[in-house]
Amino acid sequence: MIAAVGLVLGMVLGLVLQPTVPAVLQPYLPIAVVAALDAVFGGLRAVLDGIFDDRVFVVSFLSNVVVAALVVYLGDQLGVGSQLSTGVVVVLGIRIFSNAAAIRRHIFKA
Amino acid sequence: MRAADEHPVNPDGPGNPDGPGNPDEPGNPDEPGNPDAAQAAAPQARRRLLRAMTPKATRGQVLAALLCALLGFALVVQVRQNSEADLESLRQSDLVRLLDDASERSDRLAAAEADLAATRDELLSGSNARQAARQAAQDQVTTLGILAGTAPAAGRGIELRMTDPGGVLAANVLLNAIQELRDSGAEALQVNDVRITASTSFADTAGGVEVDGRAVESPYVVLAIGDPNTLSTAMAIPGGVVRSIESAGARAGVEERDEVLVDALRPVSEPEYARPASQTAGQTP
Repeated sequence: MIAAVGLVLGMVLGLVLQPTVPAVLQPYLPIAVVAALDAVFGGLRAVLDGIFDDRVFVVSFLSNVVVAALVVYLGDQLGVGSQLSTGVVVVLGIRIFSNAAAIRRHIFKA
Repeated sequence: MRAADEHPVNPDGPGNPDGPGNPDEPGNPDEPGNPDAAQAAAPQARRRLLRAMTPKATRGQVLAALLCALLGFALVVQVRQNSEADLESLRQSDLVRLLDDASERSDRLAAAEADLAATRDELLSGSNARQAARQAAQDQVTTLGILAGTAPAAGRGIELRMTDPGGVLAANVLLNAIQELRDSGAEALQVNDVRITASTSFADTAGGVEVDGRAVESPYVVLAIGDPNTLSTAMAIPGGVVRSIESAGARAGVEERDEVLVDALRPVSEPEYARPASQTAGQTP
């Protein structure tokens, strides 16, 4: 509940403040967001599995974000940034879908 | 109060991060069964979800809320950024491609613009030429109308008045006067109310003189448009029109005028056999 409130609060904050993304962060923010989404879905699944652990959640969230950004950064340095970010998005998208499927199974038994 | 109850329980969770049990569960008195046994059961899952939804100020909840807030913030910022300025987030190669596309497109558009401008110029000059042709045709209509006697004419000229109470003037006297006026540059002529043109005929009849089949009577008034000086001089030369009329026994007077109106008109007759030849068909108004 608090997490949902936090999510809404963060969105409202972003809408109200309307900050501009620093140019350095611009290529990595979308990947980081997708990675964080993956972590959140994983955490929700863990809640329903009954194995949610706040430390695991925090670590996985942060490491997901950092690793995703790092991979894209590395790709940019190697000249394959767009391809690598596409790959990262695909992998994270698959994980999000599988987590969503698990959550669905828990809630609707289907 | 509830948070205070659960805090002591919570530290067990971090101690066992891979454990299947929710660290909250053992401490929760509402939990009826073994969490491992009922793990797959949907009511169990829903209960867990409900429990997770109930606000508790545990460290885990607060941290999760913090990270979720971060996610929401970043999400909104990114979406805004993306919808506002999508060029800024593009990579160099994409930008180069976009630039290429744009310059190619602008080249194409410039070429199209040049084409259209040329077409427009062509159309404009075409319409100008058409306008000029129409103007020339209009002028020609006016000129031809004056010459053919189908349009009224006005200008400087003279009035030649011949009074013939005795009926001594014959058609050839009139004809001579007209010829003399023409020779001196008269551009439009009329006798009484008959317009004089190239095909005008003069005839003697029992009653007097007929011009173009219409009887005219004394006094004969000839209106001529042309240089008044030349015309009147031509009428007055020794042995000329005026002198011969007077020697025939009639009277003639010439009056120079600044404004002579030749408004007798000749009906337009459509040629029955003659047609414009094909070469000059376009120029005929």
